[in-house]
Formats: sequence, C-alpha cells, structure tokens
Amino acid sequence: MEFYIQLVISGLVLGSIYALVALGLAIIFKSTSVVNFAQGELLMFGAYFCFAMVVQYKVPWFWAFLLTLVFSVLLALLVERLVLRPMIGEPVISIIMVTIGLSSVLRSIVTAVWGTQIQVYEPPLFPETTVNVMGIPISQVYLWSFGLSAVLLALFGVFFKFSKAGVAMRATAFSNQVALSMGIPVKNIFALAWCIASVVSAIGGILIGSINGINIQLGYFGLKVFPAVILGGLDSILGAALGGLIVGVLENLSDGVLKSAFGLQGIKEVAPFVFLVIILMIKPYGLFGKKEIERV
Amino acid sequence: MLTVNNIEVVYSDVILVLKGLSLSCAEGKITTLLGANGAGKSTTLKAISGLLKSEEGEVTEGTIEFMGQKINGKDPEKIVRMGIFQVMEGRRVFEDLDVVENLRCGAYTRSDRAGVKRDMDLVFDYFPRLKDRRHQLSGYLSGGEQQMLAIGRALMARPKLLLLDEPSLGLAPMLVKEIFRIIQKINEEEKTTILLVEQNASLALQVATFGYIMEMGKVVLDGPCEKLRENPDVREFYLGIGEGGTKRSFKNAKHYKRRKRWLS
Ligand SMILES: Nc1ncnc2c1ncn2[C@@H]1O[C@H](COP(=O)(O)OP(=O)(O)OP(=O)(O)O)[C@@H](O)[C@H]1O
Ligand SMILES: [Mg+2]
Repeated sequence: MEFYIQLVISGLVLGSIYALVALGLAIIFKSTSVVNFAQGELLMFGAYFCFAMVVQYKVPWFWAFLLTLVFSVLLALLVERLVLRPMIGEPVISIIMVTIGLSSVLRSIVTAVWGTQIQVYEPPLFPETTVNVMGIPISQVYLWSFGLSAVLLALFGVFFKFSKAGVAMRATAFSNQVALSMGIPVKNIFALAWCIASVVSAIGGILIGSINGINIQLGYFGLKVFPAVILGGLDSILGAALGGLIVGVLENLSDGVLKSAFGLQGIKEVAPFVFLVIILMIKPYGLFGKKEIERV
Repeated sequence: MLTVNNIEVVYSDVILVLKGLSLSCAEGKITTLLGANGAGKSTTLKAISGLLKSEEGEVTEGTIEFMGQKINGKDPEKIVRMGIFQVMEGRRVFEDLDVVENLRCGAYTRSDRAGVKRDMDLVFDYFPRLKDRRHQLSGYLSGGEQQMLAIGRALMARPKLLLLDEPSLGLAPMLVKEIFRIIQKINEEEKTTILLVEQNASLALQVATFGYIMEMGKVVLDGPCEKLRENPDVREFYLGIGEGGTKRSFKNAKHYKRRKRWLS
C-alpha cells in the first residue's frame, strides 16, 4: 500500500510542476493563439541559467533564483520581440515552425555552453532530509516543490480573476480586435503572456532539476506537458493546471504498476501520450476546454 | 469635433472600399451615417477608430481630424485615450468574462478608480437589466442584453465621441426602441457626441440631427435629418415609403434603384 501512496505523492509533485508549465503553454495559446513548441527549452534554459549562477558563480540561492526570473523575463521579451512579433498574422503552421526552430536554437545554445553531462544543484535548493507525513517518509524536495507550485498556481488564479492586467489578458484571449477597440495594448499583452510563460517554465525547470538533476533531456518536459494542457483543454487555464496533476499521477501510477507487475520499463515516457489519445477520443475539446459558449 | 476629409481606404493593398468620403460630426450632437449593405459604413468607423489596421486596411488618401489633431495612422490605443470609442457591429462582448469584467475592460485606459466606480453605477442606472446579471458570463446574456453591455462598456471609457455600428442589429422592434431611447438619453445627459451607423433609417433619422447617406464608398446625400426625412429618394429607398405614403415592396424599390443607376 505504501508503495502506491508513494507513487501517488510523487505523481502529485510531478503533476504540480506539469501544471505550472502547462499554465505557461495555455497562457500563450489563449492570448496569442500560438502553440509554443519551445516551452520545454525555456524550462531547460531557466534550469541551466540557475545552475550557472548557483554552481559556477556561487551566487546564494535566493539571489540566483531572482536572477533566473529576471533572466527568463528578458529572454521572453527578446524572443517575443524578435521572433514572434514579426510573425503576427502569418499562418498558424508557419508560427509553429518558428517555435520549433526556436526550440532547436535554444537547445544548441545550452549544449554549446554547458555540454550534455547531467548536472546537479550544489548546494541543493531544499534540504535533502525526509520528513514523516502520517507515517510515510517524504523527501523535503517533494514537499517544497508541491507547495511552491500550488502557491504560484493560486496566485495566477487571483491575478487572472481580479487584476486589471489579468482581466485584460482574458479579454485579449477572447478577441484581439475587440480588446484593441477598448484601448488595451494587445502587443504588450502578448509580451506579458510570454514573460509569464517563461517565468513559470524557469521555476518548473529549477524544481524538476532539483529532483532529477539537470540535463538536455529537460527540454522534452515541454512535450510531456502537451497531454496535460490538451487534457485540460488548450484554452482553459484552470483545466491546464488540473490536467497537469492528473497526468502526473496517472503517469507515475501506471509506470510503477506495470514495472512491478510485468517488469516493463520506460512506461513513464509514453504514458501521458496514451492518456491523451484516450481522452481525446472521449472528449475532443479536452475535459475543460470549450469550443464556444452555446446558448440554450 | 470630428472631420473626415476625402479619405480613401484600401484593404490588403488592393481592395478600394472608400473612395473620397467626407463627413463631420458636430460636438454634442448625434450624427447618422446610412447606407446599404457593403456601402462601407463599418469601414468608415474603423478608419476613425484605427481598427482598420487589425484588418489589413489602410487610409491611403485624405485626413481624419479629431479636435484639431490628425488621427489617421495612430494606434487604436492612442485614439481611445484621446476620447473616441467604437462599439463594433454585432455586439462583440467578451463572452468568457462576466458583466462586471466586461465593463472593467471598457475602462482599461482610465486610472481614476473612484470615477470608474461611479460610471459603473451610472451604466447600471441606464441598464438595470445588466445590474441583475452583473456576475453572469456575458456569453449567456440575450442579444439585447449583450448590446446593452456593449454600449455600457463604451460608456465606461467616458468617450467624447462614441461610434455606434448598427446597435439595432438582430434585435426585436421593442428592444430597438429602448436602445435608441437610451442612446438619446446618453447624448443628452452625458453630452457625448455620437456617430451612429444604422440600417434602421427611420429611427436613426429621428434621433440624429444631421445625416449622411453613402453608396459604394462615397457620400451621395447629406443634410439635417428633418430635410432628409422629406427627401423623396430617401423616403423611397431608405424609408420604404412611396409617393402616396404607402410602403413599397422591396422588390419594387430594387427595380427602381436599378433603373435609376442604369439611366445615370
Ligand atoms: N477586412 C476586409 N478585407 C477586404 N475587404 C473588406 C474587409 N472588410 C470589408 N471589406 C469590404 O468592404 C466593403 C464595405 O464593407 P463594410 O463592412 O464597411 O460595409 P457596411 O456598409 O458596414 O455593410 P453592412 O451594412 O453590411 O455592415 C464590402 O464590400 C466588404 O466586402
Ligand atoms: Mg457594417
């Protein structure tokens, strides 16, 4: 039994990080209609930048974390300005190709600067000891990661519901043109969406890097977030968060169960996509996504 | 207050839609712009509000001046901040947002919180129905309520000039009357200058003081509304009333129109 509880717990932790990154993907898609295939690379870049600060330049964690956030904002602004803004109004497929191109560029920069070796944060961000929660030993990294992701998701929820910029982002997501007619600076909103996406990805990168170590494989995390987002519906931010949690738990459970029962390896990598296919067969717009409001 | 001088508008670099259109709006008055489908009425409003840009349209000739300043070529955001607000054709509320959030979007360019709060109450005074549904998603409002929301949202910006594109579109006659009554009230009480585009010519000519009639991207007739109401061509083609004061069928009007074009 404890084995399964462990699986669910680590699934929830993984899922909360999926949720965070999924939020970024959904924000970009909602406000700019761009499916960002470079999301995982943004995550990887953030994780490596933080690694450089902490390990290579010995910056204390607090400052390293802040610097990473600042860096990811600058990176997002640069990318949005130089790569995506000129593409506004181009066909969807061209924009997708551009984000795929962007992902290879970011990946090669990382490989060139930091190599392909697996790296770890030293000193670690969170204490390595475990604590007992209701008799089950849980590593503190897990608890902190889950807590931080949950707090961030809640903060974004509040931001979208109550802040002026958040409401304007949702308005822009509904219709760029109508938002323009209100005097909402739509281009700035696009840039803001990229900044938020980049920041949540970088944080996700640091968390996942703290758990699994940092290497070039982190980029694929972006792909594994797709099932979470699509499960929740590409256009629903709350859905993306829940989708993340669900995919995280399902992935871990199926991996653990199939491994212990049949000795199957590597289920983790494909499980999210299998769920994705099943879900899409049942609900084509995802669990929470909606095509359009239909009045009855 | 607003002067449109001989403008030409081209979409996608090739489609010429406005061919030397001129009009002006007097401060504090309601001006109406009438015309058949495809005449270019919405295009004219978008040229003024700067929204043309988002549809690959461009003002290639002429100027648009608002309170002495040239505004063609400016970003829509700047134009809203100068005091021009367009209510687009077909209501276009933010369906995923509730009523209050929609109204907040209208006030996006303002930073005086107290004033915004007061204007929200004002909007609810004008449209009590919206107040009852303030936390409902606007996608679920009825068409009439959505139109009220679209107009209320515009009021939240405290515009000096309000551009209304077919506020009667798709609404039942009773509701159209109500909306027009409120438009008139807004004009009187808030002193908002209004440029009203309409298909419903008879109502528009009743509430407005000056009218323009356009065809194929040009103004073909203008004058004070009481004059326009008496004009035989207007009566025939826009009010649907023939010489004897009887309503003519659409078919006949079409026939006359065609013959006239062919003759000229
Ligand atoms: N984005 C666009 N690109 C190309 N052509 C356009 C565009 N928008 C409008 N047009 C064309 O411009 C002409 C005028 O359109 P406009 O929408 O201004 O007409 P309207 O007078 O508002 O008509 P309606 O009463 O039907 O609303 C039409 O022939 C239309 O096909
Ligand atoms: Mg129109």
